[in-house]
Amino acid sequence: MAISEKEVKHVAWLARLDLTDAETQKFTQQLDVILEHAGKISELDVKDIPPTSHAIPLKNVLREDKVGECLTPEAALSNAPKGEDQAFMVPRIV
Amino acid sequence: MELYQMTIHELHEKLLNKEVSAKDVTESVFSRIEGVEDGVKSYLTITKEVALEQARQVDEKIAAGEKVGPLAGIPTAIKDVMCTQGIRTTCGSKILDNFIPVYTSTAVQNLFDEGIVMTGKTNMDEFAMGSSTENSGFFPTRNPWDLERVPGGSSGGSAAAVAADEAIFSLGSDTGGSIRQPASLCGIVGMKPTYGLVSRYGLVAFASSLDQIGPFTKDVTDCAIVLNHLVGHDPMDSTSVKIDRPDYTKSLVDDLKGIRIGIPKELMAEGIDPEVKKVVENALEIFSKNGALVAETSLPNLEYGLSAYYIIAPAEASSNLARFDGVRYGYRVPDPDDLMDMYMRTRAEGFGDEVKRRIMLGTYALSAGYYEAYYGKAQKVRTLIVRDFNKAFEEFDVLVSPTSPTVAFKIGEKIANPLQMYLSDICTIPVNLAGLPGISVPCGTVNGLPVGLQIIGRALGEEAILKVAYSFEQNFGWNEKPKLEIRY
Repeated sequence: MAISEKEVKHVAWLARLDLTDAETQKFTQQLDVILEHAGKISELDVKDIPPTSHAIPLKNVLREDKVGECLTPEAALSNAPKGEDQAFMVPRIV
Repeated sequence: MELYQMTIHELHEKLLNKEVSAKDVTESVFSRIEGVEDGVKSYLTITKEVALEQARQVDEKIAAGEKVGPLAGIPTAIKDVMCTQGIRTTCGSKILDNFIPVYTSTAVQNLFDEGIVMTGKTNMDEFAMGSSTENSGFFPTRNPWDLERVPGGSSGGSAAAVAADEAIFSLGSDTGGSIRQPASLCGIVGMKPTYGLVSRYGLVAFASSLDQIGPFTKDVTDCAIVLNHLVGHDPMDSTSVKIDRPDYTKSLVDDLKGIRIGIPKELMAEGIDPEVKKVVENALEIFSKNGALVAETSLPNLEYGLSAYYIIAPAEASSNLARFDGVRYGYRVPDPDDLMDMYMRTRAEGFGDEVKRRIMLGTYALSAGYYEAYYGKAQKVRTLIVRDFNKAFEEFDVLVSPTSPTVAFKIGEKIANPLQMYLSDICTIPVNLAGLPGISVPCGTVNGLPVGLQIIGRALGEEAILKVAYSFEQNFGWNEKPKLEIRY
């Protein structure tokens, strides 16, 4: 097995996904098959190969530190499930 | 011939000659949508009012004698992954069911500035994750060639809309094949440009180092025309490349003499349906008959492409999709107990299975203890694939392969087996990993279903692949269309 149910539960927790037991079982089987296939890359010796994180080599892209156009608070809040007084509202945390 | 059946370049001529108005063209396309959309289901949102207003503005300009570009008055469908200000943008996900963007993506804005008429936002696999459009959070789209079959994915709605004449052209996005594979399955032209050539600003991110926007068109000429108006540097996208944009229509030259075409044997190997392979081999004869030099070549690390992709893309996705937390936009579960409960249930209820699988895969591949074995190694494999391509392009001008290993499959056929579904993109994925441009053009049929030919170019080699694709199209002379029943 490339991945166990216990690991799937842990990963789901890290990713903030509530899973039922049936889902955990189903996803474990499916992720196991996928990871086994993905594990094919372990055949390769890549010790001295540099990683590619980006197909086009780009250095840091900077711009002038000048205020440009930006969203109004109303626009920024327009899709919020709950918003008030220019703030996003969430359940009480303290 | 009806207006909705025509290409951009045909309609542009009629508009300039005042034979037809933008309103006529728009109404023709909407009558087609009314006739076939029930069966095909390309669109998530139809924007007829916006379209008629845009058409009116183009007609005014033409009447006033103002100069209009080739896209003015052309009915266009947009994949629902690109933000459109004031118009619902769902990404095919329940979690964004009611999302109304407050700005428009650069790619779409560029087309708006050219006077396109937006017919609507098209269906897609949720967050562009899938190869059949069955992962849409709303409904599957059907292939216009056979309504029992998938149109491919993830841009299945955009591909089906053009194949069914429900739009003259459309935009899609391609992370591992999501433009080329549905173009192949729907018998139309689809191009993924070089990474960075088209701005990703306002494109909802799936895997940021792989995503690229591109067009679906009815022919190669239209592809070049659209590309002319999509390409350009955008300061809002830090990965946007700065180049002097060529006029891509200048590449529409029928001349294959001396062009060196490589056939990577790894993309013609087992896994490719023998019937598809036969159609592709026949198509290759067109190249040699017209003076191209066709030879087999080998890119040995391509066989690791799929594995590397299914580590890299989910890893980036798991990070990109962390933003859907029920706070700033999108769905929030009613009456959460506390913040954690809100996150856990909002994401559980808002995302579909494939998105959850990829988020978990990515989280796993990035987690302590597995990072080196999976993510770190996959990025090194990516280097090997880039090197293989670089080496091949020392010898060849373009590389050619099937676009998809099979023709369109039945709805439901692969949905229970994610890995089977992933294999649909085996020929297209390496191109994204290397950031290269690729185009799919129709090259025949198997049992009445279209087969696509993929032409891969060097980075920023769009002109070369357009020339080869155009020459192929001219000499192959394929003009089959799906036979759709009008239902209303």
